[in-house]
Amino acid sequence: MLLVPCPWCGPRPEIEFVAAGEAGIARPAPDADPAALAEALYFRSNTKGLLAERWRHVHGCGRFFVAVRDTVSDRFAGSWPPGVPHPSPAELAAGEAER
Amino acid sequence: MTGPFRARGGGRIDRSRILRFTFDGRAFTGHPGDTLASALTAAGVRLLARSFKYHRPRGLVSAGVDEPNALVTVIRDAGRTTPNLAATEVELYDGLKAISQNRWPSLRFDVSALNDLFAPLFVSGFYYKTFMWPKSFWAKLFEPVIRATAGFGRAPTAPDPDTYARVHDHCDVLVIGAGPAGLAAALAAAVAGAKVILCDQDPEFGGALLGDPTAKIDGRPADDWVAETVAALAETPRVRLLRRTAAFGWYQHGLVGLIEKVTDHLADPDPALPREVMHLVRARRVVLAAGAIERPLVFPDNDRPGVMTASAARCCLCRHGVAVGSRVVLFTAVDDAYHAAIELAAAGVIVERVVDLRPDGGPMTAAARAAGLAVETGATIDRVFGRTAVTAVEIGRIGADGRVAPGPTVACDVLLTSGGWTPSIHLFSQARGSVVWDETRGVFLPGRSVEPVRAAGACNGTAGLADCLDEGWAAGADAARTAGGGEVSPRRFVATGTSIAIGGFLGEVPHAGDPDRARAFVDFQHDVTAKDIRLAVREGFRSIEHVKRYTTTGMATDQGKTSNLNALAIAAEAAGKPIPEVGLTTFRRPWTPVSFGAFAGGNRGDLFDPIRPTPAHASAVGAGAVFEDVGQWKRARVFPRSGESEAAATTREVRTVRETVGLFDASTLGKLEIVGPDAATFLDRIYVDPLAKLAVGRCRYAVMTRDDGFVFDDGIVARLAPDRFHVTTTTGGAARVANLIEDFLQTEWPDLDVWATSVTEQWAVMALQGPKAREVLAPLVEGLDLSGAAFPHMSVAECRVAGVPARLFRVSFTGELGFEVNVPAGHGEALFRLLADRVAAVGGAPYGTDAMHVLRAEKGYLVVGQDTDGTLTPADVGLGRSVGRGKPDFVGKAGLARADLADPDRRGLVGLSVADPNVVLVEGAQLTADADPKPGTSALGFVTSAYFSPTLGRGIALAVVAGGRTRIGTTVHVPMPGGSIAATVVSPVFFDPEGRRLHV
Amino acid sequence: MRFSFLSLLRQAFAGHRGWPEQWRSPEPKRVYDVVIVGGGGHGLAAAWYLASEFGIRDVAVLERGWIGSGNSGRNTTIVRSNYLLEESEALYDHSLKLWEGLSQALNYNVMFSPRGVMMLAHGHHDRVVLTRHLHANRLAGIDSEWLEPEAARAFCPGLNISSTIRYPIVGATLQRRGGVARHDAVVWGFARAASALGVDIVENCPVTGFLRNPDGSIAGVETGRGTIRAKRIGVSVAGHTSQVMDLAGLRMPLESYPLQALVSEPLKPVISCVVLSNTIHAYISQSDKGDLVIGAGTDQYVSYGQNGGPQITAHTLDAICELFPALRRVRMMRNWGGIVDNTVDRSPILGTTPIPGLYVNCGWGTGGFKATPGAGHLLAATIARGEPHPIAAPFSLDRFARGRLIDEAAAAAVAH
Repeated sequence: MLLVPCPWCGPRPEIEFVAAGEAGIARPAPDADPAALAEALYFRSNTKGLLAERWRHVHGCGRFFVAVRDTVSDRFAGSWPPGVPHPSPAELAAGEAER
Repeated sequence: MTGPFRARGGGRIDRSRILRFTFDGRAFTGHPGDTLASALTAAGVRLLARSFKYHRPRGLVSAGVDEPNALVTVIRDAGRTTPNLAATEVELYDGLKAISQNRWPSLRFDVSALNDLFAPLFVSGFYYKTFMWPKSFWAKLFEPVIRATAGFGRAPTAPDPDTYARVHDHCDVLVIGAGPAGLAAALAAAVAGAKVILCDQDPEFGGALLGDPTAKIDGRPADDWVAETVAALAETPRVRLLRRTAAFGWYQHGLVGLIEKVTDHLADPDPALPREVMHLVRARRVVLAAGAIERPLVFPDNDRPGVMTASAARCCLCRHGVAVGSRVVLFTAVDDAYHAAIELAAAGVIVERVVDLRPDGGPMTAAARAAGLAVETGATIDRVFGRTAVTAVEIGRIGADGRVAPGPTVACDVLLTSGGWTPSIHLFSQARGSVVWDETRGVFLPGRSVEPVRAAGACNGTAGLADCLDEGWAAGADAARTAGGGEVSPRRFVATGTSIAIGGFLGEVPHAGDPDRARAFVDFQHDVTAKDIRLAVREGFRSIEHVKRYTTTGMATDQGKTSNLNALAIAAEAAGKPIPEVGLTTFRRPWTPVSFGAFAGGNRGDLFDPIRPTPAHASAVGAGAVFEDVGQWKRARVFPRSGESEAAATTREVRTVRETVGLFDASTLGKLEIVGPDAATFLDRIYVDPLAKLAVGRCRYAVMTRDDGFVFDDGIVARLAPDRFHVTTTTGGAARVANLIEDFLQTEWPDLDVWATSVTEQWAVMALQGPKAREVLAPLVEGLDLSGAAFPHMSVAECRVAGVPARLFRVSFTGELGFEVNVPAGHGEALFRLLADRVAAVGGAPYGTDAMHVLRAEKGYLVVGQDTDGTLTPADVGLGRSVGRGKPDFVGKAGLARADLADPDRRGLVGLSVADPNVVLVEGAQLTADADPKPGTSALGFVTSAYFSPTLGRGIALAVVAGGRTRIGTTVHVPMPGGSIAATVVSPVFFDPEGRRLHV
Repeated sequence: MRFSFLSLLRQAFAGHRGWPEQWRSPEPKRVYDVVIVGGGGHGLAAAWYLASEFGIRDVAVLERGWIGSGNSGRNTTIVRSNYLLEESEALYDHSLKLWEGLSQALNYNVMFSPRGVMMLAHGHHDRVVLTRHLHANRLAGIDSEWLEPEAARAFCPGLNISSTIRYPIVGATLQRRGGVARHDAVVWGFARAASALGVDIVENCPVTGFLRNPDGSIAGVETGRGTIRAKRIGVSVAGHTSQVMDLAGLRMPLESYPLQALVSEPLKPVISCVVLSNTIHAYISQSDKGDLVIGAGTDQYVSYGQNGGPQITAHTLDAICELFPALRRVRMMRNWGGIVDNTVDRSPILGTTPIPGLYVNCGWGTGGFKATPGAGHLLAATIARGEPHPIAAPFSLDRFARGRLIDEAAAAAVAH
C-alpha cells in the first residue's frame, strides 16, 4: 500500500485515494477527429520509470493532484496541485541522475 | 521425567509443571517452554512425518520456522483444526492433540511408502512426460489419483469459530527480530526517544542468545543482558514489544505486515481474544535483524529421522532441556557446530565422532579434541543406516584427489549436520533491496534498497556477537535519527559467544555413492534430491527459476529456507556456471505462512462489506419488506402480506400504484447539490442534454456520458435557484458521478465558479406515485400549490412537508402522477410512517423495487446498467433527440461524433411482445433472426428487462437489438432450451404512450 | 526423445542420463523468416504453430530473461471460454478447443484438467448478467449450465450457500469444459515442441530496437545479442508491450498494473473445481499438488514492481473466507505479483500494426493464460497470412480509433 503525498494533507495511505490515470493528457476537443479522440481516450505512455499521474484524495480533502512516481520502485518524486507547473518526469529523472 | 531424552537439568522450561498431550493418539507429557517437537524428541519419538512424494519417514531437521519435515495437524475441534504446522512452531499446552499427516493407515505403516520403491521413475518432472495416453485417462484416472496422493494436511471440515483482528500501526523504528542485533537496535532507538516496535516470532526475546550458553555480554551471562534489556524496553513509554509476532511481508513505503499469534499456545484461551492479530505497521525506518538459518549438508540418505542440524540439537538442549539422542555423530563443514557436540557431551550424551568436511578442520577442531572428542577431518558421510530412525553412519575419507574411500561405520542414533549459515535476507529482498553475492563466503547479502530498511547482525552477514550488538546499536541509532527522532551516542559492546559461520559449504558433499543413483536430499519436504537438480540442468533448465519450477525445490511450506542455496550451488555446478549467473530465486511473501483468517480480520458476516440502510429502513422492516442488495444498499424489494407470495405482492403493488397510490423509498438515489454562478454552464457541459436554459423550479431528465459517448448515468437535474441545482444519479452510480463531476470542476474547468457537494445521505426521499398521490400529499404541504397548473409535471420547489423543510419534486418513474418528497434524513423514518398511514387510508400501499421495475418497464423507462451496458449511446437507447448537438462543448461530444457510433445497424433499445400473454421472456435471453439457430449463430441482441405486466395482463420485455427501432414490427426469435419463442419488436413504451396520466 | 511411460521407464533404468535438453539454446542467427519477441506461453505457442501448422520453421523466439518468466508463470491457471460477447466467445473457445488436445499435440503433459468452472451470482443483478452469459454461450455452442445454490454446493462441497451471508449466492453458471492447466508446463511444452521443429529459442536476449526498411516496413531487431533481421516480427510481451512498441515509435492503448495471486500450503483435495466470483472478487481452485490457488485483484495504478498492497490480498481473502468459512485457518504460503497490460475495454489486441511486417499480441489483462494456445495460433496465422485471422480481426489495434470496442467489462457492468 503506497504512501501517497497529497499536496494539501501530506503523505497518506493509498486506500484514501483513487488513481485517476496518467496526467498531462488533454481532454479531446469537441471536434477532435477519431484518431485524436482515440489518442486522448485510450492511448497512454505507460512509462516504466518516472510517470506523472493524477490522484484524488477522495477520502480526505477530495482534491485532485498530480504526482510523479517511479513505476518500478513505486517511489514518489513529488506532487503538485492541478494546474501548477511542475518538472516533467524527464527533468526529474535528469535531476536525480545528477545527484 | 518427561521422556527418556529429557536432560537432567537446563533449558528454559518449567519443570515444576507437567503438560499432557497426544500425538497420533499416543499420550505424552512435557513442560511449559516445550514445543511439540522438543517434547516428542524428549520422549524419543523420531518419526514425525512422511515426505510429499516418496512418503519417506521423516523426523526433525531444525528447531524453528525453517523446519521442512515435521508438519502436523493440531486439532482442537472440527472448526479449530490447523493443518501443516511445523512441530517446532507449536508451543505445548495441556491437552494439545496433534496428528501426523500424509500417511495411511498410520505414520509407521504408510501404504504410499511404496512410492519410494518407484523413486527411479518418479524423478523431477516425470508427470510432464507421461499420463498422456489414452487421452481421456488424464482427467478421469491419473489426475484424481495424483490429487488424492498429493497435499499434506486436511483442511478443517467446519467453519472456524475463532476471530481474527487486523490493526494499523505506525512507528519511527520497527525492529524485526529480537536477537542480539535486534535488541541492541531497539534499545538504541528507544534511548534516542523514538517510537519503537520490536517484534520476534518466538515466544521469548533473545534470538540466538537463547541457544548459546557460551555467550557473555559486558562480562555477564547473555541471559542477564537479555532480561535487563527487555525490561528496560518494556518500561520505555514509546516502545511496543510484540512476541510470537513474525514480520511476514514487506509492502511499499515502509509498510510491513506482522502476524501475531495470540491464543494458539493457550490450553483454554479466552474466547474474547482473537486467535491472531495482523499488524500493518507503517514504519519510518526498519531495522532488519532476522538472523540466519543453518543449512543441512547434502549427502546420501541425509533425510533419515535423526539427521538434524547442529543448531537444532543445541536449541533442544539449551532451550528445552532435551538431549536429542544418546549416541551422536556430528558432520560439519564449519566451526560453530562443534559447540553442539561439546555441549551434548557435557550433558552426558556420547559423541561418537565429529566428522569435519574440511581437510584440516578449523580452529575448534583442536578444542574439541582437547575436550576428548574424536574428530575426523577431511571426511564425509557416505551412507546412513536405518529407515525410521538412524542406527549408524558410514564415514568416507576424502582423498587428495577428491575421491572418497569408504571408511568405518559408526553406530549412532542421531547425526547432526551443519553446512554453515544463510543470512535471512527475505524481507530485505521483498523490500526490493538489491542482493549482493559474497564470493569469498558464498552467501547473498543485503545491498541497497529504495525502501527505508537497514539490515543488522547475522542477516547482514555479521557473525561475532560483539559485532552483531555494535551493528544493531548503530542501526537502531541511525534509524531513530533519520526517522526524525533524537540522537544517541555510539556504543561498543564487550561480548563473547558463538561466532556462527556465515557461508560455509554449499551443494552436495563429496561421497562414495553413484551421483545418478544416490539420493542426497536438498529439499526434504518436496523430496528433491541433488540428482533431480542435475537432471533438470541436463534437460536444459538453466535459470534457477526454471530449476525451481521443474524440480519444485524451494516451493514447499518452508519456501526453501534450508535448501535454496544448496540447490543453487548444485545447479550452478551442473551448468558449469558461477552461482550469481544461475541467479537467485525471488524471495516472495510471506516469510512464514499466514492464515487466511488473519488477512480477513473482522471483515466477515455483516462486516464483510458495509451495509447501507436507508433512513426509513426500520419502517420498511416493520411493513414486512423483503430486501435486496443493491451495491452496499439494502432496498425494499417487495412488501408481501401474510400468506401472499412475492409475485402476488408485486402484482398487487403495481395495481395499487396504477389505481390508487403507492409509497416508495427512493432514498438510495445519488444526490448532488451543484451551486455557484456558473452552475448552469457547468451542468450544460456535463450532461448531453441542454440544461443552460432550464428554468428555476423546473426539472429535466438528463443523460451523462463520458468523453467516449457511451451512456454513463442518468437522473433528474432540478433548478432550485439561478445558481443552485439538485441533481440525482443512479443508486450505483453516485460515487463515480460525483468523482467525474469533481474531476471536471477541479482540473478541466477550474475557471467555473461552481461547488459540488454529495448530499445522498442528507436527504431521505419518499416517492408517492399514483392517481391519488396529490390527495395524499397536499394536506401535508405548506407554502405550495400542488395543482397541475401551478405545479406541473417536472416541477421542483422548496416547501414544508409535514412541518419539515422539504424539497418537493413532481417527477415520475412509473408513468403516474408522482411526487418525490426530499426531507432531511433524520425525518425520513417519520415521513415514511406518516405517508404509509395516509396512503393506506386511501387504499394505497408501499411498494418495492420489484414493482418499481414493472412500472417503469411498462412505460419504457430504462435503467442504466440493466438496459444499458456501457456500450450504448444516448441515441441507441432512444434519447438521441435530447442530445444538445448545438452546444459548443459537452462531455461526450467528440465521442458521439464517431462514424461507428452513428451506424444504423447499431443495437438499440426496443420493446418485445410475445403472442402468448402468459409468456414472460428471460432477462439475458438472446435474440436471433432464425427460429432454430445453429450453434455459433450471431445474436441480434438480448432481452434486458422482462416482467409480467399486471396493467396489461401480459408479459412485456425491453431488449437491445441490432437496428434498434428500425426493426419495429418485425419478428425476432428468442432461443430457449425448450425451443424458440417468437417475439414482435415493438415500441418500448407499452403503457400510456401519450403520457396522459402524468399530466394531471 | 519422445515422452512416454516407456521412455520414462527406460531412463529410470539408465539413471536418467539419456534425457536431452528439452529445448536447444542456440546462438541466434543473423536472419530469420519470422522473429517472435517474447518467450512467454503466447510467443512460444505462436512459434510452434508457425512451424507446425504454417510451415514456417525459420523462426526465432527472443526472450529477455528466461522463458516463461513473466505472466506465464504467475497466473492462476484458469482456462474457460464462457465469455459474454461473440467476439470473445469465438476467441476463447478457439483456445479452449486447442487446450483439449494440447498435451498430445505437444507430447508434453500440460495437465489440462477440465474440472469445471463455476461462476457465482450474488443477487438479482448478477443473476441477470450470468443468465445473459448462459444464453449467449449456448447460442455460440459453448457449454454452460445454470446451477441453483444447492446444485452449486453439490458440485463444490464446502461452498457457503447460506442465505444469511452478506451477499448470498443465488446461483451459478458452470462450464464443465473449463478448468485449469499446469502453467509452466505449457511454456516448456511449446518450447520443446517448437525447438524440435527448428525454432530457435534465444533466452537472455533483450530487444533494444527495431530496424526499418526505407519504405517504413520492419527489417529486424537490435538485441542484446546483436542485430537480427526479419521481415515479419510478432511482439508478444504482455506487461512490457508499451516499452517494446515504443522502440518502434508506436504508442499503445495500454496500462500495466500489478496483479496479485497467492497459494496456500498443500492440502488434501478440498476444492474440486474452479470457483469464480466477480462480484466479491474471489477466484479459487486447487492445484494437483494440493495448493489452493487464489487470484487477487489489481492495484489501481501503473506499476512494474510485481508487488501490490496487502489490502488487495485481504480483499480477496475476505471473500474466500466468506465463501469457504472452513478455510480461515488455512495459511497463505506464497504471494506474488505479475504485470498485466490492460486495454480500456479489457479485451486483447491481436493483429497488424501501422508498421508493415510488425504484428502485436497484447492487452490480455488478467485473462491471458487461458488464451495461450489460441492467441499463439491466431498470431501465427496472422503473421503467416499477413492479414488478421477472422477470429482475431475484431481485436485489431484500430478498433480504438473507430470506437468499436469489445467491452466485456462494461457489458457485465455492475450498476443500477
